[in-house]
Amino acid sequence: MTQPVLKITGLKKHFPVSTGGVFSKGKGVVKAVDGVDLEIFPGQTIGLVGESGCGKTTVGRTVLKLYEPTAGTIEFNGEDITKLTPKQMKPRRAQMQMIFQDPFASLNPRQTVGTLIGNTFDIQKITPEGGKVEEIQRLMKRVGLNPEHINRYPHEFSGGQRQRIGVARAIALKPKLIVADEPVSALDVSIQAQVVNLLEDLQEEFNLSYLFVAHDLSVVQHISDRVVVMYLGKVMEDADKKDLFLNPRHPYTKALLSAVPVPDPKIGRARERIILQGDLPSPVNPPAGCVFNTRCWKVQDKCRTEVPELVQIQPGHKIACHFPEPASK
Amino acid sequence: MSAFLEVKNLTVSFPTEDGLVQASNDISFSVDRGETLAVVGESGSGKSVTSLAIMGLHNRKSTNINGSAILNLESGPIDVISAPEDQVRRLRGKAMSMIFQDPMSALHPYYSIGDQLSEAWRLYNKGDKKAGHKRATEMLELVGIPDASKRVKEFPHQFSGGMRQRVMIAMALINNPSLLIADEPTTALDVTVQSQILQLLKDMQKEFNMAVILITHDLGVVAEVADRVNVMYAGKIVEQGVADGIYYKPDHPYTIGLLNSIPRVDQLEGKRLIAIPGQPPSLINLPQGCSFRKRCTFADQVADNLCATLAPSLDMKENAHFSRCHLTEKQLVAARGGK
Repeated sequence: MTQPVLKITGLKKHFPVSTGGVFSKGKGVVKAVDGVDLEIFPGQTIGLVGESGCGKTTVGRTVLKLYEPTAGTIEFNGEDITKLTPKQMKPRRAQMQMIFQDPFASLNPRQTVGTLIGNTFDIQKITPEGGKVEEIQRLMKRVGLNPEHINRYPHEFSGGQRQRIGVARAIALKPKLIVADEPVSALDVSIQAQVVNLLEDLQEEFNLSYLFVAHDLSVVQHISDRVVVMYLGKVMEDADKKDLFLNPRHPYTKALLSAVPVPDPKIGRARERIILQGDLPSPVNPPAGCVFNTRCWKVQDKCRTEVPELVQIQPGHKIACHFPEPASK
Repeated sequence: MSAFLEVKNLTVSFPTEDGLVQASNDISFSVDRGETLAVVGESGSGKSVTSLAIMGLHNRKSTNINGSAILNLESGPIDVISAPEDQVRRLRGKAMSMIFQDPMSALHPYYSIGDQLSEAWRLYNKGDKKAGHKRATEMLELVGIPDASKRVKEFPHQFSGGMRQRVMIAMALINNPSLLIADEPTTALDVTVQSQILQLLKDMQKEFNMAVILITHDLGVVAEVADRVNVMYAGKIVEQGVADGIYYKPDHPYTIGLLNSIPRVDQLEGKRLIAIPGQPPSLINLPQGCSFRKRCTFADQVADNLCATLAPSLDMKENAHFSRCHLTEKQLVAARGGK
């Protein structure tokens, strides 16, 4: 069996917060990520989904060590990188890149496209074969930008084109892993498909692995091989894409899937919808027992006291629930 | 009997230093009580500009507005485009109301929810602050805010995103309007909360027998709530019809392209998405001919280069289904993939 590109075990990231007023000494923690296990193999896409505040972005950033993990281990290409210092991380960063959500905020407005993409070479002190400018222009062409626009500034591009700049920058050093944090959610519908297709083509060409963080289940379903569903810092369900979408076993996944609107009026009208009551509880003060118990329609006493472990219930399908939904087949 | 709102040839443009921005162009549609019209389009397609014109919220001095938008009130029809501004102001919040995408910026952070709701009510009803708060509490209960009598005294920051949107809906409906314009009401919300709010809008529409205009870019949301749909592109309605017609027999290459380009959660085959190439044109100096021509994969099938020279008109293709396209029915069937 091949070695995973990325393997994280028991990953936790807690952020300190002050709980009281300005003068209070009360200190609490937000358990943004509270024990997440995950594996990504070469050429694979893992979709990480959940609602705002579930910790999916924090997982992405901690994996790249943009945040120091509170507990757990991160293995990249079989090497434990959890304890590495920023200096030790630097050469390894060429292998792991990120694509950000907001193509307006993630590109320095005072730098030209050439500089923005070229920076990646300078930082790693790499001179690409055939010259830097040529390589930048080749990358621009590869992501569907006009190479003649190398001296233009980000404001001269549309949202979709800017995201292409972000993609070019991420693939410049031929990384093994790309963490894509909501890469298409800021784009217009007709542009989203262009960027999704580009990401898929690049994956095939370079055998890239993606950790695809998003809230839009339709996009995640389309691009992922496996999907991990998070809720309040914990993994609720982790399964092969087909398994998860056809046969969700966790009540939260089931509710989440039933809430996704389908662009088909007849199906939309006929579908049975599980409408969850209330909102996401605050991650500062998560519910005891199963974190989902305040909104779950199957909740029983056990759920309020005992934390369900993430267990395998069929090959390659893990859930954290005391009372899973029956398998449909 | 005519529909509650009738918009005819509405055109909105903004003169700017760079030239005239044709934000919405020759828009005609109608919505009746109890009916939901969805307006779909990308950013800059003119969907919000059109609804702001209906609400009379454009600055009349710096905006060119032509055409009409007639509200058929019990007291008689009023054209909100040509009516005096203070008359339109007295319709806002009473005959017609609007809710916005971001409830946090639409609510005042310094006033309690109760104060803000009762202000809206007292504008059109005789009653003191106490009566206003009572009415506010009733409305909060109606839109499903638990513990309404306590929460009415709280401030916007104490509410979650979904609860704030409920507050906005309560405020918009407090004077029993006949028309509600909802501009991307669920875009800022998580999916599980989105389905709560969409359900609430449906319930409220029944309760108040309102005409609803839902502005959104999400074709999934449209499929769930719309009776009829306007598809907008570069300031124009490019296709108009009942929801089923738009989804199952789209008559414009842009609509066909949109439906092909979105992944569906219920389709697991993993087919490659068919993206629409290029990007929308600038609204200053729109190209001659069809605005969608440069992104259209079928434009070269039309004889005499017609798409480049003549802007297509919004023609009826079938019973109450309109499209702005030069393609023949046979070519459209091929464009839809044989359907």
